[in-house]
Amino acid sequence: MTLQTEDDVADFVRAAKGPLAVRGGGTRAQGGGNEALSVAGLSGITLYEPGALTLVAKAGTAMAEIEAALVAERQQLAFEPMDHRALLGTAGVPTIGGVVATNASGPRRIQVGACRDHLLGVRFVDGSGTVVKNGGRVMKNVTGYDLVKLLAGSYGTLGVLTEVSLKVLPLPERVATLTTVVPDAAAAVTVMSDALGSPYDVTGAAAAQDGDGFRVHVRVEGFDDSVRYRAGQLRDLLRLDDGGDPWADLRDVTGLGDCPVVLRVSVRPSQAAALLSRMDGVDKVQLDWSGGLIWLGGAQAALLAQAQAICAEIGGHATGIKGDFGPLPRFQPQPAPLAAISAGLRAKFDPRGILNPGVMG
Amino acid sequence: MHMPAPDAKVMALKAALAARLRAVLPADAVIDDLAETRAYECDGLSAYKCSPLLAVLPATTAEVSDVLRICHEMDVPVVPRGSGTSLAGGAMPTADSVVLGVARLNAVLETDYADRIIRVQSGRTNLSVTGAVEADGFFYAPDPSSQLACAIAGNVAMNSGGAHCLKYGVTTNNLLGVTLVLMDGTVVELGGGHLDAGGLDLLGVICGSEGQLGVVTEATLRILAKPEGARPVLIGFDSNAVAGACVSDIIKAGVLPVAIEFMDRPCIVACEAFAKAGYPDCEALLIVEVEGSDAEIDHQLGLISEIAQRHDPVEVREARDADEAARIWLGRKSAFGAMGQINDYMCLDGTIPVTELPRVLDRIGALSREYGLDVANVFHAGDGNMHPLILYDANTPGQLELCEALGAAILKLCVEVGGCLTGEHGVGIEKRDLMTVQFAPADLTAQMAVKDVFDPKWLLNAAKVFPLDASAAHRAA
Repeated sequence: MTLQTEDDVADFVRAAKGPLAVRGGGTRAQGGGNEALSVAGLSGITLYEPGALTLVAKAGTAMAEIEAALVAERQQLAFEPMDHRALLGTAGVPTIGGVVATNASGPRRIQVGACRDHLLGVRFVDGSGTVVKNGGRVMKNVTGYDLVKLLAGSYGTLGVLTEVSLKVLPLPERVATLTTVVPDAAAAVTVMSDALGSPYDVTGAAAAQDGDGFRVHVRVEGFDDSVRYRAGQLRDLLRLDDGGDPWADLRDVTGLGDCPVVLRVSVRPSQAAALLSRMDGVDKVQLDWSGGLIWLGGAQAALLAQAQAICAEIGGHATGIKGDFGPLPRFQPQPAPLAAISAGLRAKFDPRGILNPGVMG
Repeated sequence: MHMPAPDAKVMALKAALAARLRAVLPADAVIDDLAETRAYECDGLSAYKCSPLLAVLPATTAEVSDVLRICHEMDVPVVPRGSGTSLAGGAMPTADSVVLGVARLNAVLETDYADRIIRVQSGRTNLSVTGAVEADGFFYAPDPSSQLACAIAGNVAMNSGGAHCLKYGVTTNNLLGVTLVLMDGTVVELGGGHLDAGGLDLLGVICGSEGQLGVVTEATLRILAKPEGARPVLIGFDSNAVAGACVSDIIKAGVLPVAIEFMDRPCIVACEAFAKAGYPDCEALLIVEVEGSDAEIDHQLGLISEIAQRHDPVEVREARDADEAARIWLGRKSAFGAMGQINDYMCLDGTIPVTELPRVLDRIGALSREYGLDVANVFHAGDGNMHPLILYDANTPGQLELCEALGAAILKLCVEVGGCLTGEHGVGIEKRDLMTVQFAPADLTAQMAVKDVFDPKWLLNAAKVFPLDASAAHRAA
């Protein structure tokens, strides 16, 4: 049965007898072998007001449809949502619901924020089959608790998203990328931090392995003259060269696509090099967010426990994105009081424990 | 505005409670003298006052934990307080509550320019966060008008905004981590110096929870490199509706200024008298600020002027120097104070889709005439965050009630056109009973379920945010 409306989803959840695998286009591969609840049939942009910088779409709307509508008005989802297909080797149609459920956010996150920062409102069906709305479609809204943030990145464990409302931003007139090769991760973080510590409004600072070292990419965007000026200043300040356009590949982490195990690690940028030096068995590394986001590729699932143990010590968290992690928690284990709060929230929003059980621990 | 009757059992505990609190806090940190507790009887919503049972001023996270543990054990309600600048009654006590003020928690704990973060204790004022890093070329972006006085604790509780959040976002977009003390005294860390907190986004739900889920004692904040320069331009129009249309056109054109502020004639007159900013004589005024190098600023202001010219402006004038720019902003940021010198007022902050500005301004004018009270408008137009100031005379019987009725009508209008009741001030007690205009019962139940998890006894700031009849069963639990 294809679910086409929010009421369909609510009926389906109410009638469910066991655990459900909540999915949109299935490109982000969640929920294991449980009975599928697909929102792919809830599709379409319900409201797009370029002059108010807002777009509202049903959860199953294809990202391609949203991007086409935005480009026609020279606008974009500025948080640069990642397309997981190349990394995970999945096929299918990425949906806006999947983007929101995973809080998928790309390189521009350092300047404009993550998906959760652009998410203005949600409608969802909780684990009892009740329809709930939170937020709205305006830029500033502190009316009641911010369940919008709570739902972003909740991987379908608190509710099934049915409609989302997002802030959109103008497409830049011009993009410039500057690049250089440095000997190691520490040097890469230094270049990226210096770029972000400058007044030149950097919108991307990432690094990929290049031989024994790292190739650093720094991006500036905006009006034509302004980009020329700022790129010139950065080029001189940090002794960088003009680069190409690596941003789609960096966003989608395509370079790690051939690794059987991939981790996503979030730390303070200044800790990135120390973390890397302590890891064993890492085959590939990509740094984003000035070193604050580390993608690690390898062959052994044991990488995850290693990274989580280091994060527990230095702050931050590691998540298994790709690979068979068996009984390991894919998400960083939390201290007992926080784990109790998370479990308490799940028990409230999904009393029967049927929404993507086990996905977040 | 109705508050639950104080709990006589709690009132009777005053002496025993004070004794227990004095055992864990320095002598001067427990305030039980009636003359002194009056200092905490209200916040920026001064129409409503109520002295608390006690006030405490802990100076460490451990002391906050002790206070909350004791209150939890004795079932005593707690009202957290930053600097008491809330315009929504967020820090207003009840007679049976302990006010927990964080003013003594005001240290900078760490600054790290490579990671672009600062960690502060939560009683530190907003402006002094920027003050701690500006000599090194950085700033903390959220800038509520009360930034000289308001505390980071209150900013986090209310998810405060400011004039420049069109570009930089509000508190929640600039908050990376907190130390949070739960009502039973448990201390937890959410997030930290990294960009995204792991697991469920508890940090996101703490921010803006109006002190109902826990007490924030430390915060890690994102700091940004200061732009090379910034320059405001003043654009005057002969009607509110035309100014509103100009705002929408600027945004549609792909220019994203850091701020677009709007003032109508009553505000212009009051602010000009206060700040001598040289505001033009007109019906509606926009302050549009852009950032960058001189050449970048010239280019952006050129585009903005071009758009403005299509709307037949009375005047378009750029700030000539830093002094004039500072006075332009002083005028705007003093708007509430300047209005307060000539009138009692109630300030609303409903948000609307930017495209609805002209229509909503017209309808506010009509409502103002219908209720017979003047309304002055000053607001963050770029993100649709209105700030209608309803002028009334507090000494004339019935005027406060009339003003509140007009306020409710304006907020209902905001919701009707696709907006919300409050964009940055919070619900508090002020908009509590209007929540059903925006939310269905199931929407409120879902929010209250979060409080059930964090504060099962509903002791923290409990009689706020949710309509009392909606929260009654939870509060009684």
